[in-house]
Order: sequence, then C-alpha cells, then structure tokens
Amino acid sequence: MMVLVTYDVNTETPEGKKRLRRVAKECVNYGQRVQNSVFECLVDPARFAKLKHDLCDIIDEDKDSLRFYYLGKNWKNRVEHFGAKEGYDPEGLLVA
Amino acid sequence: MRKLLNTLYVTTPESYLTREGENVIVRVENEERFRIPIHNLEGIVCFGYMGASPHLMRLCSDNNVGLSFLTPSGKFLARVNGRVRGNVLLRRTQYRRADCCDASLEIAKSFIIGKIVNCRTVLGRGARDHGAVIDCDRVRTVDALLIENLLKIEGCDSADTLRGIEGNCAKFYFITLDELILKQKDDFYLIERNRRPPLDNMNALLSFLYTLLAHDVESALETVGLDPYVGFFHTDRPGRASLALDMMEELRPFLADRLALNLVNMKQVSAGDFLKKENGGVILTENGRKAVIGAWQKRKQDTITHPYLNEKISIGLLPYVQAMLMARFLRGDIDGYPPYFMN
Repeated sequence: MMVLVTYDVNTETPEGKKRLRRVAKECVNYGQRVQNSVFECLVDPARFAKLKHDLCDIIDEDKDSLRFYYLGKNWKNRVEHFGAKEGYDPEGLLVA
Repeated sequence: MRKLLNTLYVTTPESYLTREGENVIVRVENEERFRIPIHNLEGIVCFGYMGASPHLMRLCSDNNVGLSFLTPSGKFLARVNGRVRGNVLLRRTQYRRADCCDASLEIAKSFIIGKIVNCRTVLGRGARDHGAVIDCDRVRTVDALLIENLLKIEGCDSADTLRGIEGNCAKFYFITLDELILKQKDDFYLIERNRRPPLDNMNALLSFLYTLLAHDVESALETVGLDPYVGFFHTDRPGRASLALDMMEELRPFLADRLALNLVNMKQVSAGDFLKKENGGVILTENGRKAVIGAWQKRKQDTITHPYLNEKISIGLLPYVQAMLMARFLRGDIDGYPPYFMN
C-alpha cells in the first residue's frame, strides 16, 4: 500500500534540528522524498508498522507532528502532480 | 501469494551503484541520478560496464535481491551471490535426483512436455487469430509434427533421445514462428534460430528477451532454495545455470516468444532499433533496449490464473511459482512436477 508521510518538526532548538534530520533519514529508508517534508512510501503492512513505530519514537509529541495518509493500493488515481521534480512510480518501469 | 516487486534496470553507461541506508543509489560522475528503497525491488539488472559497491552488494544479498551484470548487448556476464542459504536438505535432494539418470529424465520430460505444449498454443493462437493472412497449412503440418513428437516423449528412455525430440521440435517451431510475424516482414524474419551472436533482428530480439527471462528464473530458483546450476535436462557445465535453462524451456514460448511477436507486430520495435556489427552479429541499440525492457516490465504486471494453483498471479511471478512447485516436488509434497501450460 502507498502511505504518504508528512511531518513538522520544531527546529528552534538544536535537539529539534537533530530530530528533524533523524525523521528525514528514517523516511528516506522507506520511501521517496516528493517534497521537503513529504514522503511517499510503498510498503507492506508489516514494514509500515515498523516505520510508524520508529518515527513515533523519534519525535517529541509536545512540539512535533506527524501525519500518515493512507492511499491504499489504487493510489495512482489519487495523486496528481504539477510542476517540477516529478517523482518516479515505484510500480512502473524503473530505468536509470 | 507473494507480491511481485519491481526490477531496476540500469542502462546509463558509467553509472555506479552505491548504498545509503536502505536505499539503492545510481550515481553518474559522482552525481546522484536515482534512488529507491531496496524493499521495493526484486532485482537489479545492469547493462554495460559499471560498478557497484560491496556495501550495496551486501544490501542486495541481505534482502534477497538479485543483482546481475550484462553486457550492453544483453549477454550475461555475472551475478552477485550472497551467502549460500536456503534448505540444505532440499539442495541435497536436488543433487541426488540430478545424479540419478532415471529420475532426472522424468523431470526433464515434464519440462519438454511443457515446452512443446506451449509452442503448440503459440502457433495455434496465431493460426486462430490471423487465419486469413497466414499460411495455415504450414502451421497445421508443424502442429501435427509437434503432436507426434509429444506422444514419443512418454516412451522415450534416454536423455539423448529426449534431446533429439526437443531439438527437432524447436527447429520446426522457430521456422513456423516466421508465419506469425505479420508486420515489418522485410526487417524481421526467422529462417533459423541462431545465437552467439544472433545474426538477424528477430534472433537478436529473442536472445535479449531470453537473457531477461534467465535473470528472473535464476533469482526465482535461488529464492526457493534450489541450486540453479544443477539441472535435469541440461547437463552440468561450469558457469551454466542448467536448472534455470531447464525451467526456461516451458516458459519461453509464453513469456518471451509471444512478446517478441507482439513487439514486432505492434511496431513497438523497428529496424532502427538494431545495429549490425562487423562480425555479422546483431545487437539492440540503447533505444531498442529501453523499448523492449519497457514492454517486458509491463507484461510482467499482467495477471493470469495459474492452471495448477488455480490462483490469480502476476505473470512476473510465474518463474517463482514454478520454482516453488519444483521445490515441493523434490521435497515429496506432490507426486510430479507440473509444468506451466499457457491457455
């Protein structure tokens, strides 16, 4: 299933900046960065549970926020893109 | 059933594959061109001479992702194997069967029966769909010949006889396949099957598709814990993945030959996508390769109902399913190996 992960991490303190970097790093491991704090992750339920758990461990619930949007299996017709930096389709043809 | 994951094809020369966290990264001249998390991948196929970091190889081996290197023309060079894993008892059974002539002959027969039946289906479908424009009599004569050989398999008692039957059928099948090429007849024809190097466009196209299929079948066999190098029909030879070749026999007509015909008949490839070299060999150009890989990947996404499992699967999983059935047969869970029959 496709899950959209977005986050807002408070970076006023050095610890906040550290958390931001850790969250981003974790997300890169699971999905594709489509915008600065927006990731598209094509994951199976088990892997997603792990991702969710890891991310919740990193953030500070008083200051940061984390949102998951479940786009499911037919995510392709739920996503529209305009402008630069179009991502790849992880289920389509991958040629580099 | 397991989900079919994607395959990453790296076609840019001078690219280098590295790892960052759980990501596969394609770099060209130290600049990042592409990145993807490993869990989205089933395999990585690299065309052209380029490198990969040992760190990335480890990532692939840990995640059971096949990593193969091919020459620009699609000839197989090497594949990276991780630690030997899987079930040692299963592999031992496989070796014992392969050592026993009678047992391997029985399994080899299944492969060849699968192959000939599927060849017949390919020809039969062509005759049915395009009966008006092709020479049906020729197809029918060859079909009768295939049936005749098919009946001989049952009673055949040596591997050499079986090889003879297979060779005969393949020869007639390939020249008849020429009838099913409906468009671009001046550029695509099959007078005979030739390889190393392929001497005309159609042969080059077939060879290229077979290489792609070989990568998939080999990965599939390894996934279920079988040794792709010990075959039942093809004999052992250093560096030859005999079991993968065995298993390809039944899958080729459906997965590769039909796709090749479609590519030509739908004009998705043309004479411009091929290049003749000085030695007479024909290879695909970079654009041609991209077109073929694109069609191949797309085809793998289509779903079929597997006749034996009676379950819906994507075509790309076929090698995996057949490998699984082979493992089950060797373990003694089923009485015979059921080859895949296309419908």
